[in-house]
Amino acid sequence: MKLLVCIKQVPDMESRFKPDAAGVWFAETDLAFRMNEYDEYAVEQAVQLREKLGDGCELTVLSIGPDRVVEAIKKALAMGCDNAAHIQDPAASGKDPWQIASIIAAYAKDKGFDLIFTGMQSQDRGSAQVGVTVAELLGIASTSTIVGFDYDNGTITAKRELEGGIKGVVKMKTPALVTCQLGLNIPRYPTLPNIMKAKKKEIAAIPVADLLNADSLATTTSFHPPAKKGGGIVLEGDVADQVDKLIAILKDKTAVLR
Amino acid sequence: MKTLLIGEYREGKLLDSTYELFGFAGQLGAETALLLVGSETQLPAYGGTLYLADAAACGEYNPDLHKKLVLEAVQKENPDYIVFVHSSYGWDLAPRVAAALKIAQVSEVVALADGGFEVGCCNAKMRRTVKPASARAVVTIQAGAFPVLQPGGSPAVQKLTSDGGAALEFVGYEAAEKKDVDLAKAEVIVSAGRGVGKKDNIPVIAALAAALGGELGASRPVVDAEWVSHSHQVGTTGQTVSPKLYVACGISGAIQHLAGMKKSDFIIAINKDKDAPIGEIADVLVVADVMQFVPALTAKLAR
Repeated sequence: MKLLVCIKQVPDMESRFKPDAAGVWFAETDLAFRMNEYDEYAVEQAVQLREKLGDGCELTVLSIGPDRVVEAIKKALAMGCDNAAHIQDPAASGKDPWQIASIIAAYAKDKGFDLIFTGMQSQDRGSAQVGVTVAELLGIASTSTIVGFDYDNGTITAKRELEGGIKGVVKMKTPALVTCQLGLNIPRYPTLPNIMKAKKKEIAAIPVADLLNADSLATTTSFHPPAKKGGGIVLEGDVADQVDKLIAILKDKTAVLR
Repeated sequence: MKTLLIGEYREGKLLDSTYELFGFAGQLGAETALLLVGSETQLPAYGGTLYLADAAACGEYNPDLHKKLVLEAVQKENPDYIVFVHSSYGWDLAPRVAAALKIAQVSEVVALADGGFEVGCCNAKMRRTVKPASARAVVTIQAGAFPVLQPGGSPAVQKLTSDGGAALEFVGYEAAEKKDVDLAKAEVIVSAGRGVGKKDNIPVIAALAAALGGELGASRPVVDAEWVSHSHQVGTTGQTVSPKLYVACGISGAIQHLAGMKKSDFIIAINKDKDAPIGEIADVLVVADVMQFVPALTAKLAR
């Protein structure tokens, strides 16, 4: 059985984002990058299945991007993936979801993956398109936003998260793709021995030009902060001072303090 | 300009979010046609063309069949935009339609922009303006971003049917977990977010809730990490609340959380990130480390 998990490296979302020179995405200066949070759940689920199925199973992790994404790949290898494909693309952030999905589909199409895991969306771009589009391009079954996963003898039973806490239960046969929602599992932290073991695992480097066969369908024309609605009071500075000011506001504006 | 709007049924009922699609089309100044996989007994208040397929036959969640139905309606209507709500139904189906037509999809639109669409990015801290390069495009709109608009009238129904195999079997719905805390009745809610740092710090937030005579709430990451039980979760997949006072401690303000608490009378956010989206809706934003500020506030209140 062959498994693939697709991951993206994104900036820490606590960062302050500033537009790049072209004004269409963020400048990377001063940003710390990490594995997209949704993808950590995808990797964990793939590794759990890999462990359950044992030796006959191979789990590949794939990431598209500049050299820095190798860090995220190494984390996935340390979590338990067997090998990796780094699709080298310094310009990945300028590609739209259609192109990213096309690249992944071009990589996967003749490799016979039985099951593909992706995050439900990326934290930075947030289109929630790539996973499902990959499945459509490969002509395989897919479902999105899963918070429950079970695999038994070629059949996947997944729970989709719907609005209001309801879940939808679906079954499909491999080959298939699932996109993973937060809370699907508890992603593991790589242990030191596994980090050391991961250093010996193979990372295949593939130039993106070998796989890119699609033009972009949408263009970003501007990257900017949301318009400030204003009106809110901002308290900064010394904590004791902030506490006094906040209590004064609570007494003035709410009936909570008497 | 013409839009094909894709409405949504859940457990036999037309979802109200369907009318937000008309709000979007209204802002675009576009003509509309509506497609629903639903039921003749639950028709929308809409006087235009309704492409209606029977959910009893096609299922409420059956992406393969629903995709075929949308494509059939697209062929008949020739729309400029095919519009979904960015919901568990919409974000699942929209990319399938876009891929089949090889056209752009613009996800989670929050507003119209000059010649394009505004979408959120970077955990809603930033915005992008996106322009489709294809003549026709698929759009998903953020729930709550566009006004609810009930056109009124009775639809001219055109029935659609679809058959053929489906790769996916829908087994059924699983009801939401029973809640042991009814946050909807609380007058004060103090919620813990990821900025609280670790499970051991939750009692500090609970102590502030107690000092204010309120209940403990939580954002999704805190519930996912099992620091707090799901019954305390506020947001789209948890409870929707509107207390007199809502205190968000270390919550950045993901749209799903904001949707669950933005109707609170008074909102205080405590966050070390001044740019966090929660600041957009807070009456007071305290820029501070939660674990320094909250104990100090609780101590002062206890005096």
